[in-house]
This record gives sequence, structure tokens and C-alpha cells, in this order.
Amino acid sequence: MKRNLFWLAIALLAAAVYFGLLVTIGDQYLHADLSLGLPVVARTLVAFLGGLAAIVILLIADDFSNLSRPKALGIAGVVFLLIGSYFGLFVAPPEQFMGETQRIMYVHVPTAWFALVAMTLAFAAAVVFLFGGDHDWDARMEASIEVGVVLAFLLCCQGAIWAKPTWGVWWDWDPRLTTTAVLLFAFLGILALRKFVDDPHRRAMWSAVATIIAYVDVPIVYFSVKWWNSLHQQQSNPNTVSKPFWIPLRANAFGILLLMTAFIMLRARISALRLKHELAPPPPLDDAELGEAI
Amino acid sequence: MLIAALRKELLLQWRSRAQFMAVFVFGAAALLLFSFAVGPVAEMLRQFSAGFLWLGLLLSSTLTLAESFHAEMENRALEGLLLLPANPRALYYGKAIANWLQLTLLGIALVPVMVILYDAGTTRVGSLIVVIALGTAGLSAPGTLYAAMTAQVRSKQTLLPLLLFPLIVPALLASVKATSLIILGDPMNQSSAWIILLVAFDAIYWSLCGLLFGRVVEE
Repeated sequence: MKRNLFWLAIALLAAAVYFGLLVTIGDQYLHADLSLGLPVVARTLVAFLGGLAAIVILLIADDFSNLSRPKALGIAGVVFLLIGSYFGLFVAPPEQFMGETQRIMYVHVPTAWFALVAMTLAFAAAVVFLFGGDHDWDARMEASIEVGVVLAFLLCCQGAIWAKPTWGVWWDWDPRLTTTAVLLFAFLGILALRKFVDDPHRRAMWSAVATIIAYVDVPIVYFSVKWWNSLHQQQSNPNTVSKPFWIPLRANAFGILLLMTAFIMLRARISALRLKHELAPPPPLDDAELGEAI
Repeated sequence: MLIAALRKELLLQWRSRAQFMAVFVFGAAALLLFSFAVGPVAEMLRQFSAGFLWLGLLLSSTLTLAESFHAEMENRALEGLLLLPANPRALYYGKAIANWLQLTLLGIALVPVMVILYDAGTTRVGSLIVVIALGTAGLSAPGTLYAAMTAQVRSKQTLLPLLLFPLIVPALLASVKATSLIILGDPMNQSSAWIILLVAFDAIYWSLCGLLFGRVVEE
């Protein structure tokens, strides 16, 4: 059953990569129509939903026994990132207004997407844990939060690097930037909470509650800061990004998707093993020790 | 049930009113110190007075909130309370309302300090009290929930602000903006938008935290 689910996720990923990336490469560089007659909207949907569904299925199907799967996914992610970086740095033309600086967008935008996806996965895992009480989901939640925090931190750094030459400042009180920073601190607080609670069941319950509360805050923070101040450029979507920029953006998106999933799976495995160790009954005393104790 | 829980909390707070005074002095001292960060420029202090008031209130609130489950931790009284044939939600709302009242009182008590130190007077006292009440409601709902968690762990004084501060950013922002508009004048009547944001924040967190509280204290 779980084995079939894994291959279903791989098939979904393959479809997503095919329609999201290969069709565009064929269109631009091979002068071949690989679209199989699907309109652009349908292709984008397959790429988008297929990718997301693949992450979810991979996490559900993962019972932490198989170490080669996350490793393979991670290696595939690095390959995609290499392809994306090559296209982004050497093939895609520089942007009209921002010039070479704009190339950081090819990692910045996918990082933003998947930071949010990782936090959403943490929220979903928290809800599943609260209703089901299965500690595997606690492990997945912790893993998603940690990966999300790393991505959000990277996002803030990339944003600062991009902002300095473009806006002239490292930091700006823009809704998305500020929300990311708030989100980063909120989830860092949850990770800190986990470190201070010794009882595994309480730790899981409390961090699930805190995750739900923090996640609900995201839209409110976004809108409150938006009313307060605004300067960031419009969100990008395939319609606002011209076609030569698609390939590096999408290749990097798949790269970060795969890396994120691999890291979450590996980190969840570590959490699950630690938890198993914590919940295990103490080893039985042998006769010699018993004699000493008496 | 809620009334009984609330009565117990208020009685406890009344008996420990010395602590309230200490927290008030802490808040007033914070307001005094903030002015050293800006320098003795009357106009600038007036400009920032709302922000200082709310930061002072926020810092003082972590003291009262962190203490709010202190009595329940002694002799495992929380377990005893949960064994009563009552919904843990009543316990939560009783405590949250008591904390809210205390923080509102603290906020109102800090206003004269702000007016004297920063020359930030206003005649719209009614709206100022409404904003203080709504803003402290936003602090006390998640604050009480997190206090229930952090009271049971090591280093609670560090952990509570760490969890609470990022969360209440919208409430803080809206409160500061609304207070600032009340003090400095509000020709475009913008403060109502911020008050609506505060009400929305309060509604979401008062219901969500009440729903989740049972999970936090269950054994």
C-alpha cells in the first residue's frame, strides 16, 4: 500500500516536471511542441497541483523505514537546482530595469513559495496530530517547522541582498518581508518551546496548539502590515514573468520542492527515532543489578 | 461555572494587589526609560508616545501573564481544578477575562504617566479607553493560553515573550496606530479601521484559544 503511494507520488512529480518544465524547454530550445495538446492553464495546474499533491503523498507514505527515498529525492533536488542555476545565471537574459541583480529572483521566489508550503505542512500536521494523536505526525510537524524556519531565514537573507542594490536599503517594512520575519520568530519560538518540555506527549500537544495559533496569525499580520506600509513589487505569477525567465524559476522551484521534501522526511525520521527512544520502557534489570538494588 | 472561575481569579488578584502595584511601577519606569532612547525633544516624544505606551504595557503584561498560572502550579492545584465537573474552557475564560481586566486597568493607569512625561494629552478619553481595552484583550487571550504552557516548564520568563511577541504583532500595530491617531488628531477618521482590525483579531483569538485550551491542560 505505502509502496504504491510512493510510486503514485513519483508519477505525479514526473507529470508536474513534464508539464511545468519540459514543455517550456521544448518550446524555447528544441522547437518542439511537447504539450500533448493541453492548454497553458491546464499545464500550469498539473504542474502546481501535481507538485503539491506529491509532497503530501510522500509525507503520508513515509514510514521512516526507507532512507534511500529521501536521499534520492534530495539528489534529484540538487540536480534541478543546478539546472535552474545554469539557466538562471548563463542562459536567461538580464532583466530590463534591474539588470543582473534580478537573477536572485530565481532562488528568491521559489524559496518564498516553499517557506510558506513548509509552514502550511506544519499546520496540517498539527491539525492531524490534534485529532488523531499519532506521534508520527508530531515528528513530521517538527520537521516541517524546522525546514520552514530555515527557508524563511534564507528568504530574509536573499531579500536583504536583493533589496540593497534595488531599493538602497537592506530592510524594508513591506508586508511580505515583515510577515516573513514575524513568521520566522513565531516558529522559532515553537522550536524553543519544544526544547524546554520533557514529556513527549505534552511537547507534541503544546507545539501543535502553538503551531495552529501561529499559522492563523499569518494572514492577519500580512494585512495589518499592508495597511501600515507598502513598497514591495507585485507578486509574480507566470503572467507577470516573461517566458525566458520561466525555465530557471521553475527548475529551481522543483529543486527546492524536492530538497524540502527530502529534508522534511529525513528530519521527521530523526524525530520519530528520538521519540521511539523516549517512549520506550526502561530496559529490564538483569539479575546481578537486581541483587545490587535489593 | 465561568462566573465562579472569574470570581476566584479576581479574588486572587485582589489579594495580590501589591504585585499589580509593582508591575505598574515597572511599566512607568519603562515609559521613563523610553524617553532616554529618543532624547529630550518634546515634539518627537509626543509623536512616539503611543508606541511607548504600548511597548511599556506589552513588557509589563508578560510579567502579569507569566504569573497568572502561578497559584495553579503549587501543590498541583491545576489537576485538582481539572478534576472538577467543569469544562476547562470556563477555567480558561475566567482567567483570560481576569487578565484582561487587570491589563486594561494597568493600561489606563499608565496613561497619566504618558500624558505627563510626553505631553501627549487627548480629550477623547472614551475612545482611548476602548482602544486600550481592545488591545489588551488581544494580549490576554493568547497570553493566557501560552502562560498555561510556559508555567509548567523551565525558564518560563524567557519562553512566554518568545511565543507571545511575534503573535501579537497585528494587535500591537493596530493599538499603536489607533492610540497615536487619537492623541495626534485623526482628521481622516482612520482609527476606526484599526479598531475594526483589533476587534477581528480579538474575535479570532478569543474563540481559537478557548477551543484549544482543553488540549493544553489535558493529561
